[in-house]
Amino acid sequence: MSGELTIAVPRGALLRETLDLLDAVGIDTAEVRGNDRKLLFADVGIVTMRPSDVPTYVEAGAADVGITGKDVLTEQDEREVVEVLDLGFGPCRMIVATIDGDADPSAEALRRLGVVRVATKYPKTAARHFEATGRQAEIVEVKGSVELAPLTGLVEAIVDLTATGTTLRENGLVIREEINTSTARLIANPVAHKLKAAAIDELTSRMRDARSVSA
Amino acid sequence: MIHPIPNGTRDVLPDEMRELRAITEAMRGVFDRRGYGEVWTPTIEFEDVLRRGETGVDPAYRVFDDHGHVMALRPDMTVPIARIVATRYANAEPPLRFSYFAHAYRGVRPHRGQMREFLQAGIELVGAPGPDGTVEALTVLCEALDAVGLVGYRIALGSASLYPALLQTFGVADDAREVLLAALHARDFVRLADEVATRGLPEALVRVPQLRGGPEVLDEITGGEASGLKAILDHVPAEVLERLVLDLGLARGLGYYTGSVFDVLDPALGEPLGGGGRYDDLLARFGRPLPAVGFALHVDRLHLALAGEERTATA
Repeated sequence: MSGELTIAVPRGALLRETLDLLDAVGIDTAEVRGNDRKLLFADVGIVTMRPSDVPTYVEAGAADVGITGKDVLTEQDEREVVEVLDLGFGPCRMIVATIDGDADPSAEALRRLGVVRVATKYPKTAARHFEATGRQAEIVEVKGSVELAPLTGLVEAIVDLTATGTTLRENGLVIREEINTSTARLIANPVAHKLKAAAIDELTSRMRDARSVSA
Repeated sequence: MIHPIPNGTRDVLPDEMRELRAITEAMRGVFDRRGYGEVWTPTIEFEDVLRRGETGVDPAYRVFDDHGHVMALRPDMTVPIARIVATRYANAEPPLRFSYFAHAYRGVRPHRGQMREFLQAGIELVGAPGPDGTVEALTVLCEALDAVGLVGYRIALGSASLYPALLQTFGVADDAREVLLAALHARDFVRLADEVATRGLPEALVRVPQLRGGPEVLDEITGGEASGLKAILDHVPAEVLERLVLDLGLARGLGYYTGSVFDVLDPALGEPLGGGGRYDDLLARFGRPLPAVGFALHVDRLHLALAGEERTATA
C-alpha cells in the first residue's frame, strides 16, 4: 500500500513494533525482517536507519514520512517536520538519575559548588530541563553508556531515557526526576504533507485504526 | 592559503552565477512587464525601524554606528519596503508595485538552500485589497516560476486568520489559544490533539487545520475566511488555479500576515521555495494604513528545485 511514499523506519528498540504496524497497514516488511544489513528496500518504499537520523531524512525530503521516538523529536526540536500521529508503542521516560542514597548528589553539588555536572546523550533536552528549573548545570555529552559517568565521579547526575529502569538499578542509580514521557511518532516532511496529502492521510488513518485494534 | 568566511555565508563562482543569473533575469522580466518597479534598500537599517514591523523574526546581526545607534542587517525585504512606502510614497496614489532582488540575513542553522545570508526575489503590491490584489500576486508568482522553468511546482494556499477565527468561534480562552497556536506553528498535530482533548474543546480544532487538497476542503468550513479563499479560487486564471492546493493549517513564520498566505512547493525539494501572503496591518505601523500583499522566493532554492526537476526528467 505504501505506493508513492518513502518511509524512514528506525532500527533498534522501535524496529519490531514498527514493522508489525507496517504489516498491519498493508506494507510488506518480509524483506526487511529477513535482512538486517540492507538499508534501502526500494520495492516497498522503506529505508532503515538509526532513530535519531529519522528527522534528518524526513526534514530534507529524502523520506516522505518516518517513525521515531518523541525523545528524538524533543532533542531535535529545530527540525521542520510535521508530527502527525502518536503511535503509542515504545513507551519510555526521560529522567534525571543519580547514585542511590539518602542525599541527592546533584542537590549537594548545587548547594556547595553552585553547578551540577550532568552526563547525557540528550544535551538539548537536559540543558532545557535544568534551565527551566533554575539550576546551573554543566552538560557533559557522552556517546556510550551514560550510567558509567556518575559511578566514576565524572558527573553528579545523568539525563537518560529509560523504559523499565533495570539498567539504572543494576548500576546503583535511582530516578530523582521525570522530565517527560515518550512514545513512537509518525512524522512527515512538510512539503510531502501537502503534495502527497491523500497518501499520507490514508496511511495515518490506517495506522490509527491498527493502533486502536492492538491497544 | 585558506582564509575562512563566516558560517552561513558562501561564495558564488562563475559557473553557478550564470545559472543564478538566468533565474533572476527570467523573474525580472516578468516583474518588469507586470509593472513592478525594482528597488534597492540599505542592507543595514536602524534596528528600531526593523522591529516596528513586529515580524516575529528578529534581526540576527547588529552593529553600533559612530553615534551608538543600533543598526541591524535586514531579515527580510517586506519591512524595508513598508518603510519606503510610508516615507517616500506618503502621498502617492495606490496601488503601488515594487519588486526586489536582495540579500537578507537570519540567524538560522545553515544548510543547503538556507544560508544565513540568502538572496530573495519578490514583489510587494501595496494598496490593493483582497481578493483582487491576492489574485494578482498569485498570478505574477506563477508567471515568475514558469519563466524560471519550473514545471512541477504547486502553491499551497491557506489563511493566517482562519485558525484564530475558529478559536474565536468556539470561544476558546486566551491561555488555551496560545497553547493551540503554538502547537499548530510547530506543526505538532499530536500535541494539538492532546490539548484539544484534555481541555474538552471541539474536535474541529484538530480536524480543520489538517485539511489539505482541492476546493472541496472548503465545504468543511464556513465563515469569512472560507469565502475569502473561495473568492480567490473563483477569480484566479485557470493556469494559476491548477497550481493551487488548499492547506487550511498553513501557518507562515512571519507574524505580520493577516489573511491569505501561500507557500511555494516543489516535489524536487523538501522545503518551500518561498511564500507570501496578505499583510493588511503592517503599513499602518509605519503610518500609512494600506492593505498589501507580497511574496519572496529563495533564489538558491529555485536553483536547487530546477536542478532536482532536471534530474527527475532525465532519470
